[in-house]
Amino acid sequence: MRKTINILVSLIMVAGLVSCNGGDKKGNKSKGGLATNAAEKVYVAPGEHDEFYAFISGGFSGQLSVYGLPSGRLFKVIPVFSQDAEKAWGYNEETKPMLETSFGFVPWDDSHHPDISQTNGELDGRWVFINGNNTPRIARVDLTTFETAEIIEVPNSAGNHSSSFITENTEYVVAGTRFSVPIPQRDLPIKDYKGNFKGALSFISVDPETGRMAIKFQLMMPGFDYDLSHPGRDKSHGWFFFTTYNTEEANTLLEVNASQNDKDFIAAVNWKKIEEYVNNGGGTKVPAKYAHNVYSDETHTATSTMMNEVLTVNPLDVPGAVYFLPTPKSPHGCDVDPTGEYIVGNGKLSADLTVHSFTKMLDAIENKKFDGEAYGIPILKFEDVLAGTVKQPGLGPLHTEFDGKGNAYTTFFISSEVVKWKVGTWEVVDRQPAYYSVGHGMIPGGNSRKPFGKYFVSMNKITKDRYLPTGPEVTQSAQLYNISGDKMELLLDFPTIGEPHYAAGIPAEIVAKNSKQLFKLSENKHPYATISDGDARVERKGNEVHIYMTMIRSHFNPDNIEGIKVGDKVYFHVTNHEQDYDVPHGISMIGANTSELLIMPGQTETFVWEPKQPGVWPFYCTDFCSALHQEMQGYVRVSPASSGTELKWSLGED
Amino acid sequence: MKKAGIIMIIGSLLLLGLFKFPLWNIMLGAPQYPDPLGMDIYIQGIKGVQEFDIQNIDGLNHYIGMKTIPEPADMWEFQVFPMVIGIMVAIGVIIGLLGFFGKVSYKWFLGWFVLMSVLGIMGMYDFNSWLAEYGSDLDPKAIMKLLNPDGTPMTYKPPLIGYQKMLNFDVDSWPATGAYMMFVGMMLTIVAFLVGKKEYKKLEKKTSFKTVTT
Repeated sequence: MRKTINILVSLIMVAGLVSCNGGDKKGNKSKGGLATNAAEKVYVAPGEHDEFYAFISGGFSGQLSVYGLPSGRLFKVIPVFSQDAEKAWGYNEETKPMLETSFGFVPWDDSHHPDISQTNGELDGRWVFINGNNTPRIARVDLTTFETAEIIEVPNSAGNHSSSFITENTEYVVAGTRFSVPIPQRDLPIKDYKGNFKGALSFISVDPETGRMAIKFQLMMPGFDYDLSHPGRDKSHGWFFFTTYNTEEANTLLEVNASQNDKDFIAAVNWKKIEEYVNNGGGTKVPAKYAHNVYSDETHTATSTMMNEVLTVNPLDVPGAVYFLPTPKSPHGCDVDPTGEYIVGNGKLSADLTVHSFTKMLDAIENKKFDGEAYGIPILKFEDVLAGTVKQPGLGPLHTEFDGKGNAYTTFFISSEVVKWKVGTWEVVDRQPAYYSVGHGMIPGGNSRKPFGKYFVSMNKITKDRYLPTGPEVTQSAQLYNISGDKMELLLDFPTIGEPHYAAGIPAEIVAKNSKQLFKLSENKHPYATISDGDARVERKGNEVHIYMTMIRSHFNPDNIEGIKVGDKVYFHVTNHEQDYDVPHGISMIGANTSELLIMPGQTETFVWEPKQPGVWPFYCTDFCSALHQEMQGYVRVSPASSGTELKWSLGED
Repeated sequence: MKKAGIIMIIGSLLLLGLFKFPLWNIMLGAPQYPDPLGMDIYIQGIKGVQEFDIQNIDGLNHYIGMKTIPEPADMWEFQVFPMVIGIMVAIGVIIGLLGFFGKVSYKWFLGWFVLMSVLGIMGMYDFNSWLAEYGSDLDPKAIMKLLNPDGTPMTYKPPLIGYQKMLNFDVDSWPATGAYMMFVGMMLTIVAFLVGKKEYKKLEKKTSFKTVTT
């Protein structure tokens, strides 16, 4: 009964706030962008470039989109965890291995938290890491090609949500489990959750040269839900902070049963200490199946390797490595300010924002100011780690980013607003409505030691009436605020792909100069590449036919192929011979049960075609490449399985 | 004639720049090529300004039936030009040295300049006729056969020097570093001639003065 009343009360509060905002909103709407010079501030003239890249996750689209700021223009959707027929990602023979997992081929995921690689706590713009939530995976996107270079599955994890945040020299990309699960997985009554389930926090090392990922260790924590995380910065470098909810360890109706404890925890993990323990032979190797998929820009091909074991660490075996910081009401975002001193717990069911002090935390640890323990892990006294509270800033705080000028910006889901407050004095200095129900916010570099505090992007969960309607499913949307002055100013609404869950922004000048224009044909090591035109050919191996084909403006070589039979499995290995910027070619075959190929200059890709009936079947270039694009076509003659048609191929012969 | 000899030597040595730097540069910009394609013409052959420019120019030229840009082995000029320049440098240095030691007259410097100018003009004429041939000897099976307004077949000779609009391309053809070094070098040989003349006159005066006093 009491619960019901509580829920009712908060609903009334929400309704009140929304109606309060209503008046505000109307005022803003009638004025529009023209009342201010907002339009001028987001206008990037034709041919001019944006100041920032924003890598915005696609949420349930499974991809990562690339936008320009301040214009909000979409440049590219980088396929990561979901098949993309446009780019043949997960359809061609080369990239299918990228989507392999211990569960087999998984063509989709839910991509959440992009984070850009750092050196000394500053964005270096080499890679973007992003997590797949549903079938736990971490991907690394290479920012010279803007393509997914690597995907590693995370075993013993479920709902890979407190991921993929990176330490300040990109030593680790960290992935925490949202759902605790039995480890190892086994048949168990669900009601036996409490005490039997574990939460794995995975520390994945990143090779400083190649970026190659490997699971260094998994910390086996009590069976809570590990919601979000952030690394320590500067003075707190070496620590990692994870918010938890469901410290009640409920296994049903969590919306109520996991909202009972007055305080949940932020888990503070001294990863340097655990790293040392592991380097000295600590930890237990346990069997665990997980896929490690790597794409090579030399062979233009991915390989998938199934791994068999992982190193686990029991936190109780490394004294002084893990502590719990009590934090009110199911904290969601866990954000560390650029100095590394303040750890913000965004207690989503709390009316206040709780900020912990790193210095006080160390002091509390040293002086053993404990308030009991949970599963043997010391709980620090709330009052002894608390730096301050932002009082009554709004409803439903989710995430906080920093501008590097001493201000923090917190998003409020329920009251649908962005609130600016001062770090240290905890006073609210400004608030702006968001349309509607903002989740994450992003300032370029806003979770690093060096934020670029010019713009704030709010990523909204609800759009309703903000754009022309498109049926029951309306566009997803983000909003851009100018935060260079004392007051925030809403500049722009822009549509996004999927759910714009979180984003990472970076000054364009750091990244643009490294962007590749083409792949050198002379460096193509694809096993089925056709480097010189003279090597274009067709080979038969039993039922398999391999076509070694080249493409250049505006023809395929060969473009007439005979001797293919019904029942053959025909591999088109196509190499783009262009060595010119922005001249990709595509190819597809009538009736092919797969996507087209979209092949960049110097690259080789492969699709499979299984002809089902005799005839003469055309293929053509699918990317408008040149003035003679329409002429870029060819034929394959398919004969009955029993026929003796000789295998032959040609180009330009009458 | 010490000073004049040194200037003559320096002047002729500047021609060696042609072995390192391009003589001429042709740039081809178009709406699709905001970053223009370009070729640098050296006395030993033609190179792309960027790694793949030659390949891409050939790729575009095949639409209008132009031949591919010649390899060094395809044109006698790329064997003969370096030899001619090498020989002219050697002669220039030798004349300069002889002038320095007073063994030859300053008039030889002018002679070298005249010879080099004649060779240069011949080279330019040859280059221009190659451009003309390259731009008009088109494949009869060319993909695009365009006509001028007067009905004659369109040809594609790039300008010898200056700017010209050709179809969608803005073509710029200008001398490059090597040519400027050659120009400065040749001007220095004229200076050597003038300085030599002055030095000779001074010497003449001195000798006649000496004769008078003795």
